[in-house]
Amino acid sequence: MGKKFDVLTKIENSPNNLIKGLQAIQASEGYVSDEAIEAVGEYFNISPVEVEGVLTFYSQFKRVKPGKYKIAVCDGTACHIKGSPLIQEWVKNELKVNVGETTADGLFSLESVACLGCCSLAPVMSINGRVYGKLDRKAPQKS
Amino acid sequence: MSKNILKIRVGMASCGIAAGATKILEMLQAKNACVIEETGCIGHCYAEPMVEVVYDDNSSQYYANLKAEDKYIDSILSGGDLGKFDIHEGRKSKELLRVLRLAGKIDPKSFEDYCANGGYVALKNALAMEPDAVVNEVKLSGLRGRGGGGFSTGMKWSFLAAKKNAEQKILICNADEGDPGAFMDRSLMESVPHQMLEGMLIAAYATGATKLFIYCRAEYPLAIKHLKIAIDQIYEHNLNNLNGRNVEIIIKEGAGAFVCGEETALIHSLEGKRGTPRFRPPFPTDSGYFGYPTMINNVETFGNVPIILKDGAAAFASVGTENSKGTKLFALAGDLKYPGLVEIPMGTTLAEIVFDIGGADRNEVKAVQTGGPSGGCIPVELFDTPVDYDSLKTLGAIMGSGGMIVIGKDRCMVETARYFLDFTHRESCGKCTFCRVGTKRMFEILTRITEGKGTPEDLPFLKDLALKIKKGSLCGLGQTAPNPVLATMQYFMNEYEDHVIRKTCTALKCKDLVKLQLDQSKCVKCRLCIKNCPVGAISDDFVIDPEKCTKCNSCMDMCPKKAISCVAKNEN
Ligand SMILES: Cc1cc2nc3c(=O)[nH]c(=O)nc-3n(C[C@H](O)[C@H](O)[C@H](O)COP(=O)(O)O)c2cc1C
Ligand code: FES
Repeated sequence: MGKKFDVLTKIENSPNNLIKGLQAIQASEGYVSDEAIEAVGEYFNISPVEVEGVLTFYSQFKRVKPGKYKIAVCDGTACHIKGSPLIQEWVKNELKVNVGETTADGLFSLESVACLGCCSLAPVMSINGRVYGKLDRKAPQKS
Repeated sequence: MSKNILKIRVGMASCGIAAGATKILEMLQAKNACVIEETGCIGHCYAEPMVEVVYDDNSSQYYANLKAEDKYIDSILSGGDLGKFDIHEGRKSKELLRVLRLAGKIDPKSFEDYCANGGYVALKNALAMEPDAVVNEVKLSGLRGRGGGGFSTGMKWSFLAAKKNAEQKILICNADEGDPGAFMDRSLMESVPHQMLEGMLIAAYATGATKLFIYCRAEYPLAIKHLKIAIDQIYEHNLNNLNGRNVEIIIKEGAGAFVCGEETALIHSLEGKRGTPRFRPPFPTDSGYFGYPTMINNVETFGNVPIILKDGAAAFASVGTENSKGTKLFALAGDLKYPGLVEIPMGTTLAEIVFDIGGADRNEVKAVQTGGPSGGCIPVELFDTPVDYDSLKTLGAIMGSGGMIVIGKDRCMVETARYFLDFTHRESCGKCTFCRVGTKRMFEILTRITEGKGTPEDLPFLKDLALKIKKGSLCGLGQTAPNPVLATMQYFMNEYEDHVIRKTCTALKCKDLVKLQLDQSKCVKCRLCIKNCPVGAISDDFVIDPEKCTKCNSCMDMCPKKAISCVAKNEN
């Protein structure tokens, strides 16, 4: 295993830690590459297809490299009721990017998530983990 | 001023931080005037950022809706009027703080704070009893699972306790909080992490479990941080030693799958596998995590346990209804004035929650959605229903974990139902055909209806399919996924008929059934709309091309004269 995936060695090598291992990779790399899948499989002694099977089940794991600014627009119930689809559309138009994609310059990536737990400030979105609430048409442009 | 400031508590839970509390905290600290304490959430999310000033005569005053400006900071420090905030009467008289008693009152990171306020007394009481007596006390209290199912907690504990010969027993706290629009568990974990942990330790003692897992959503980084600190403190004070038996507490982060809130799926996920549910029996208490007897309770359920062991089952059961004892947390959101977290006695009516506590406008509310994607909506006509497990069930809704979304008159119920099916069909794990394919078909039909392409025949078909999915699915996800559709069809059939027969959306929310119109007599030709239209749908003489328009409403929001409005498409 290359040095690149050293984070794995901090995790106890037992199959029930597979998800934890993938989370560690994603935390350091930002996403899970094909190469990482091989490395994880090798480390836990599980075939790469099985790793991919688990990986694709969970929406947290990204298979494409995210942008420098990770934008997550909440589409939980409270935010949806408060107009999150429009917020999403505005961000899409503004940055010319679709949900699940990264802009060509690698700056922004957009995803849609279900509930950031700040429903009372709906609609909300987060940029690199920082939550912005009570959004309106003007807010997404400013940031 | 005759009284002096003792300390100032700043609400630093996720919602406070999102509203800008960090800046306020820094500004207050820079003043160096008194002790500044970080605390959790007191539930008034609509008023964040919020601080509480505690005076030396034991009185206190809230300041809320603060801005990072000197005049606000000065007002807080000098007892001024700017930003002064008092909890409104409707809420004060209806809420009953038991589980949330310490939320926003103590520093979540301080073990001493928790203990100074009665923390770990319940654990001490429990350790002085026989384990079976503890189980019995919980049984007597009438506590029912707060994670949605409402199963008797004492009963569940007795199943695990009965496994006397097991090599190892597992206890899991379900902190996956998958219902999008609910945040009770987050708030409790962030604000008073020790309370839920104390409940878990009591449960471990009563049932003989030695491995304790907390399965928490990865979207809750602050909750995880506070739990980790609290767990370290437990080890440090040797509280994980339960009369000679050591227990281990492990946090596992979920990875974003709604179905993992279901207990068998959650166990699979903990084992590092795909989170698919399996058939029960065997129930987890017989065979769970790697085959060991396993018991799962929700965060709020554990949060209630210390109250029972501290004050006794009878005191706990003195509040509530015949079959639902104690209090319940609700996360109020949607179309109301005071969104936030509330704790009320079971049996409080929906009207009291939505109008008195939530401050919603009686003339503007259409319905309330409880239980999230597994629940149903209840129309405003039935708001005198008391909130307890059984009354909500008879209405086709469920208590759920406590998400409560108020739906205003200007929302479309068909679109709301479509939203939930969009969520569930994507979250279906794919194991059962009815759930995997059925929910997708339901979603497609609902989409067609909201696009104005539905036919009257779609409606009976939709209902038939919904009932079959409920029957043909293995786990709670599929069994409840059709509920939002069935409930909206039961109470708001007229809206479905508007869409399929008259091809209109009365609420003007379904994009394909509306158009934007520019009123030339109001227009001042400022060209803001033209500038802001992302698709160039507005011509130089201010006419909106309906073919190009995507109804993003940018122009409407930008127009200073409100000359642009949304009208039904087939209206001229
Ligand atoms: C699809 C689905 C999602 C669920 N999500 C949650 C959840 O997010 N949190 C929770 O505590 N229980 C959830 N449950 C209920 C759990 O399966 C389980 O009943 C509960 O955690 C038991 O704890 P309790 O008895 O303390 O309520 C979910 C159930 C289903 C079927
Ligand atoms: S629904 Fe958006 S934060 Fe909860």
